[in-house]
Parts: sequence; structure tokens; C-alpha cells
Amino acid sequence: MIAFVIRRLLLAIPTILVVITVVFFSVRGLGGDAAMAILGDRATPQALEAMRERLGLNQPLWKQYTSFLGDLAQGDLGRDLRTDQPVSELFKRAVPYTIDLAVWATIIGILIGVPAGVLSALKWNTPLDFIGRFVGILGFSFPTFYLSIILLYVFSLTLNWFPMIGGGEMDNLMERAWHLFLPALSLGLIKSAFVMRLTRSSMLNVLHEDYVTTARSKGLKEWVVIYKHALRNSLIPVVTMIALYLAVTIGGSIEVEIVFNRPGLGKFLIGAIQERNYPVIQSGLVVLAVFIVIVNLITDLSYALIDPRIKFE
Amino acid sequence: MEFRRFLKNKVSLFGIILVATVIATAVLSPWISPHNPLKHHIVKRFSKPSLTYFGGTDRYGRDIFSRTLWGTRMSLTVGFSATLLGALLGTVLGLIAGYSKGRVSKGIMWLTDVFMSFPTMVLAIIVVVAFGPGSQNVILAIGLAFTPRFIRLARASTLSVSEQTYIEASRATGQSDIGIISKHILPNIAGDVIVMSTLWIATAIRLEASLSFLGLGTQPPSPSWGNMIREGMLYFMRAPWLSLVPGAGIFFAVIGFNMLGDGMRDALDPKLRGRLT
Repeated sequence: MIAFVIRRLLLAIPTILVVITVVFFSVRGLGGDAAMAILGDRATPQALEAMRERLGLNQPLWKQYTSFLGDLAQGDLGRDLRTDQPVSELFKRAVPYTIDLAVWATIIGILIGVPAGVLSALKWNTPLDFIGRFVGILGFSFPTFYLSIILLYVFSLTLNWFPMIGGGEMDNLMERAWHLFLPALSLGLIKSAFVMRLTRSSMLNVLHEDYVTTARSKGLKEWVVIYKHALRNSLIPVVTMIALYLAVTIGGSIEVEIVFNRPGLGKFLIGAIQERNYPVIQSGLVVLAVFIVIVNLITDLSYALIDPRIKFE
Repeated sequence: MEFRRFLKNKVSLFGIILVATVIATAVLSPWISPHNPLKHHIVKRFSKPSLTYFGGTDRYGRDIFSRTLWGTRMSLTVGFSATLLGALLGTVLGLIAGYSKGRVSKGIMWLTDVFMSFPTMVLAIIVVVAFGPGSQNVILAIGLAFTPRFIRLARASTLSVSEQTYIEASRATGQSDIGIISKHILPNIAGDVIVMSTLWIATAIRLEASLSFLGLGTQPPSPSWGNMIREGMLYFMRAPWLSLVPGAGIFFAVIGFNMLGDGMRDALDPKLRGRLT
């Protein structure tokens, strides 16, 4: 087991390096003068030169790369171009909003998706199943930001039950929850469609397994068969897939934050991209990438814990 | 035989109808749009949806319904092109990875695994950061983001085809590698790639909408559903239909292709029919 953990950890390090390198090069663009992009073409040569100096663009590329890595290792994420504040401070303030959203969207996704998937599987090929499958495809197809807008329209604009913008103060729990509800619901509903599809297919697979037939023929009550034997086994792929569907959550959370104007990492990153706030873009993408790698690492490790056969691959 | 099964499946039937409608709309948009999508009518700005303007008008007085119809062109262009790019690149690399053994194959697969672990949205954003916004770069971004998944598929298919005896027989009779690949392997993996492509077109359309919504994709004044919604958000309290109407377009296109792809997959793999959605 330890060997597997170490092997997996070692794999994560070059992955992070590759991604950081990709981010480094993509932010520097493929040609194009960053200083000009930021200041516009009417800037004076002195201003352009000062900006280049500030961004460290006058140094040779390899030197920029090594100082970039060095800064990252020390936790220095650069300074925001507009306000000159350390990016790490700005991120620290934004991260709780994003984490709140991601966590609660996942919880809602599971709470709705798993029972729906189980029900759909049990009532296989009945009208209820078809409705379930249809809703599943629906959720799968709905762009997250569109669902957010619809929810915003119905519950915020028209009914005025929830606030339209902002994230609320983190310390005030009521305000925090109130601002969190609609964003988490929209992301959670989309996620539940994925979870439902997967739970359904996993459950269907398990229900046809021999041990379930055996359990039934032993005369066990149906609910015991379903809960004790079928459900637990069918949840194994679901647990790992929940982290895989991180894809939906991360991409979706960026959109949701924009629609609801939540001051999270996603909104921060997109704003920076539009403003060409290079230090923020760079650090934002790195933080995002490292986060994804870490979550994948945890997923793989927990998968090995649940299914010991994985360790030997 | 599969075709009949495909048509019997209500889901794929519905999907075909939706997709055909979307494609027809894209082709016929100049003729079926009630108004010019780019023309400003400042006097009529922010009109509510009515009989004259089915979707209302936006901040320049442009007819939203017509713009939504025209948006099909952008979405389909990006959807098809990006998927094609990803499929081509992915199939070539996947073929190489599957057919050759050794370091090249391992290298390709390792890189693929690295990039697979990232959501397509994030990969696409990184590409847009590098190359700048705009619909062409969106095609590149989405295509590159799809490539790892197609590599995986092409490699798996190539591997399973390569194990067949007739490949070994071909090699024994002196057939060159390129000959084997083009005559035997490619035709056999093409089916899998096509089915996967159909499913991913839906995702490509959705990604284009999302990227344009974030301001990273199609730039105004070209009508793209995503950037229409984005502009609409500025006036949401005053004129919510600006954002609500184009969204329906995204929804129908994406759901249509998803149903089509699901139906194709169900029809072609009898084991999955009815069991996996």
C-alpha cells in the first residue's frame, strides 16, 4: 500500500511541473508584447519599458522560468497589476466562496442524484425510468450558466426570495447561506444529473450480478437485498466518479460565480483574463491546476483503498 | 439492422429531429429570420417579446429571435470544427500510441493522462489565454482540449484491432506498416471515433457557449448564443429576455446532439442497450 502511495505521489510531481510549464508559456502568449497588451498602443515607450521591467519580461526566458518556479515554491504568487496587492492575499479572500460553492453543490448533487439513480434503476424500463433518463440527459445538456440565469430570474428577480449578487459576509452564517443557496442549487442540479446517470448504470450492472440473485433466492427481504448487497457495491464507482465530475464542478463554478457575481476564484480569474492582469492569471491558473491534481491524487488513493485490486496495476 | 434499432429508439429519433432542425436553421437562417440580426433600431431597443419581435430586442434594438437563429451557424461551425480537430489529432496520435510500442507510445500516453485529468473547460481557458479570444481560437482551444480523450479512444481501439490474427497474417505476408494501418486498422476504429465524435459535438457546442459567455469566445457583434447571454446579463433586471431567449437555442442544440449520440451508442452496442443510458 505504501509503495502505491509513494508511486502515485511521485507521479503527481511531474504532472504539476508539466502543467505549471504549460501555464507559464501560455500566459506569456506565443509572441505579442504583454506590456503593449496591458497599456494599449498609445502608451509612451518609457511606460512600456517600466511595465516590462515590472513584469520581468526583460530577462531571458529561462531566468523568468526559474524565478517563477522559485517564487511559487516560496508561496509568492505575485502582485495584482491594478492594486499592487499580493495575489495570495486576494486569493485567500476569494477561496472560501469557491469552496463553499463546490462543497455544497457536490452535496446537493449526491443527495438528489443517488436516490434518483437508484429509483431509476429499480424501475428499469418503466415510464418512471424513461422520465429519469430524460431528466438525466436534460441536466447533462443544460449549460450551467443558463440554469443559473433561469434560477436567478425566477427566484431572485421575480420572486425576490434570494439576493441577486454577491457572496455575503463569510462570518455571518445566515447571509452566507442565503447567498449560497441559488448558486449551489444550480450547480448541484447539473451535477445530480451526472450522478444519477452513473448511479443508475452502476446499479443496473450490480443488480444483474450473481450474488444479488443468490441473495434473493435465499429469501432475503427485497430491501435487504437492495440496501445491503446491491447499493453498497454499486456506490464504488460513484464515489470515484464524484471526484471525476469535478470537471463539471470546476468549469461550472466559474460560470456560476460570474452569473451570481460571487467573489470567488473563478470570477477573479476571468476578470483577470479580461484585464490582462498577468500575475493574477498566471497564479490563478497554477492554483487551479495544482488543486485539480491534488483532488485527482486523493481520488486515486481512495479508490485504491476501496478496491484493493487497483494497487497492483 | 442497427439502423432500424436506431430509429426505433425514441431518444435517438427525437435527437435526429432536433439536430435536423438545428442544422436546417443554420442553413436557412438568412431566409427564415424575420429581421436583420445586425441592424440597429435604437428607437426599438429593449422591446419586450411581441409578435413583431418574437424574442424582443436588445440594447441596440436588434431582434433577438433573428440573432438566436443566426447563432446556430456559429455554434454548429465551432461544434463541428472543434470536434473534427480533436478527432483527427487524437486519432493520429492514438493510432501511433497504439500501434508502436516503446517509448513513443509511453510518452504519448503519459502526456495524455496528464491532460485528461483536467476538465475540458480549464484546458480550453488555458489555450484561449495563450492565443487570445475569438471564435477561431475557441475552435483550437476546444479541439486541443478534446484531443486527449480521442487519443485514449483511438489507442484502445487500435490495440484491440491489432491483436486480431489477420493483422499478424498481413504482416507475415509482407504488408508494410502503413498498409496495415490504412487498410485494416483505420477502417475498423473509424466507427468508434465517429460515435464518440457525435457525443462530443454536443459538449463542443456547450463549451463554445460557456467560453463566449465568459467573454473568451466569439466576440460581438457576431451573434453567438453565449455572448448574447453575456451582453444580456448587463441589463438583466431591466430586460431579462436578452439572456433567456438565446439560452433556449443552446439547450435545443446540445440536447439534440446528446440524444443523437446516446441513440447511436445504444444502437451500435447491443450490450449497453437499455442498461446504460
